[in-house]
Amino acid sequence: MVDDTSKQMLLETGLLGTGLKKIDDMKKLRLIANGVRQSVVKMLHQAKSGHPAGSIGLADIFTALYFNILNHDPKNPTWPGRDRFVLSNGHVCPVMYAAMAEAGYFPKEELMSLRKLGSRLQGHPHRGSLPGIENSSGPLGQGLSIAVGMALVAKREKKSWRVYCVCSDGEHDEGQIWEAVLLASKFKLGNLTALMDRNNIQIDGFTEDVLPLEPLAEKYRAFGWHVLEVDGHNIEQVINACNEAKKVIDRPTMIIAHTVPGKDISFMEFITDWHGKPPGDKETTTALGDLEEERKFYGSESGV
Amino acid sequence: MANSSKINKEMALIDPIDAPQAKKPSRDGFGMALVELGAENTDVWVMTADVSESTRTHWFAEKFPERFVQVGVAEQNLAGVAAGIASCGKTVFISAYGVFSPGRNWDQLRVAICYNNVPVKLHGSHTGITVGPDGASHQALEDIAIARVLPNITVIVPADVEEARKATLEVAKCEGPAYIRTCREKMPMFTTAGTPFAIGKANVYRFGDDVAIFACGPQVYESILAAEKLESEGISCAVIDCHTIKPIDVEAVKYWAGKTKFLVSIEEHQVSGGLGGALAEVVSSLPRTHACTLKRHGVNNIFCESGEPLELLKKYGLDAGGIAHFVRENYIQ
Repeated sequence: MVDDTSKQMLLETGLLGTGLKKIDDMKKLRLIANGVRQSVVKMLHQAKSGHPAGSIGLADIFTALYFNILNHDPKNPTWPGRDRFVLSNGHVCPVMYAAMAEAGYFPKEELMSLRKLGSRLQGHPHRGSLPGIENSSGPLGQGLSIAVGMALVAKREKKSWRVYCVCSDGEHDEGQIWEAVLLASKFKLGNLTALMDRNNIQIDGFTEDVLPLEPLAEKYRAFGWHVLEVDGHNIEQVINACNEAKKVIDRPTMIIAHTVPGKDISFMEFITDWHGKPPGDKETTTALGDLEEERKFYGSESGV
Repeated sequence: MANSSKINKEMALIDPIDAPQAKKPSRDGFGMALVELGAENTDVWVMTADVSESTRTHWFAEKFPERFVQVGVAEQNLAGVAAGIASCGKTVFISAYGVFSPGRNWDQLRVAICYNNVPVKLHGSHTGITVGPDGASHQALEDIAIARVLPNITVIVPADVEEARKATLEVAKCEGPAYIRTCREKMPMFTTAGTPFAIGKANVYRFGDDVAIFACGPQVYESILAAEKLESEGISCAVIDCHTIKPIDVEAVKYWAGKTKFLVSIEEHQVSGGLGGALAEVVSSLPRTHACTLKRHGVNNIFCESGEPLELLKKYGLDAGGIAHFVRENYIQ
């Protein structure tokens, strides 16, 4: 046990994070995810550009990560003992920014500065602009390599922190992803958990039309990874899968999370056109209306 | 014959300058420095893409296997994994042939390394035409250009093995990304432990009044020999080892522009975008009082061919004779 004075000292030196209290109540988490979706819609409407479908589709996974899975401290983003979170498909950063603001990294009002001159919320994430961003991203296929590098340091130096990486299905077209998959297997990186947003869309259409990826799970298994598949909108499944991944110490884990692009917004679900176009005024009203309906379905806001 | 009075004594070059005792490839200096760094700093990591022996990282690997990473023939992953390791507080040297790194992984260099601004130090070995018989596909002649155009990066082209050793030690100390360019071929060792080295500070090896030759890599020594030859013909050439291409030594360019009004760049690289390009950018921004002529010599917008290193240097005019010829032709017009 660490006494209060020592704890304060450790906090000041950055050796100890206060950690964020983890939320286990699924109803609360679903309401947070709904709030994250609403933020994303408003942010992209304000920004007048950006990528809504993937961002909206990842709201449940980012809620699970930032409010239950990750060991992190929004008030001490450089805490050395934090889990490292790497976003590989940087274009979905609005959902990361929204989850970070919700968790307390920065004021929620700042979300509306997305993509605007002088903002810390760059159109694609920039390490150095905003505390809590571990890596710059944008060009697809690079994040998993960065995550592998971090996990290798943690493994060789026997650190207890883990590395999480969110990547997309479409970026598996890039050869670099498979280079990283091979290397993670070589070093038996059991401290690495990757989550693939399997939403089946990319800019030019459906992934299986543009460049067929299946069978993805079998491919990862053949490369020596531990593979789990979840419903990416079932927060409990996502959390359970991440916990199961921790038990497998001799292999990295890939969680293939099946998601619906634009989830919970009636006109956006499954529509590839919404990959990279922001909602207009009317669409924003409709989207926020849809999300309010969902919110009512989950229950009252009290207690959140 | 002892060194001529034009050789800068303060630079502690070998004496006599035209009779080097030994030859070694500059990549050896890189490899030796890594072993020194590994012993003094446990946060130094080294990575390679299936070329550990030829890029001289195997010496580090033997001593510090726990900080060495072999990624296989995968230069994009090499750069990305290095960025991840560096973001955990490590200084990471990544080593491959120049044509592959930064040639193959420029996007990763741009975003994962330079935009992240993490201390990943690229080592491109086997650069220039002196890689020889492997032919044009393996002769890196564009690497300086593609590296130096990126923000945050330092770019260094050492002149010999000792300078490569010093450059490697120095880039380990500086924050942010760097690119060090070395060669496969054994070249004369002409600088010594006493020769100064500071990033961004060009070394004046020879004084002269008519022409200032700015060179980098193996062409620094060849330029000194060319200058000695030209002296007897009545053309007095200064020779400047412009090892740091970025940040370029603006003060040195300004000084020699004012003094000689005639600058020449010599490099084993395309004449566009490399040392000559960097000098042209400086010259174009000098005040009118320092107006000067700059002539750039290198490989002129072509792919070269297979051949022995010295044969190729002769064919493309990048040995002492070719450099003297270039200076003579351009100075006496």
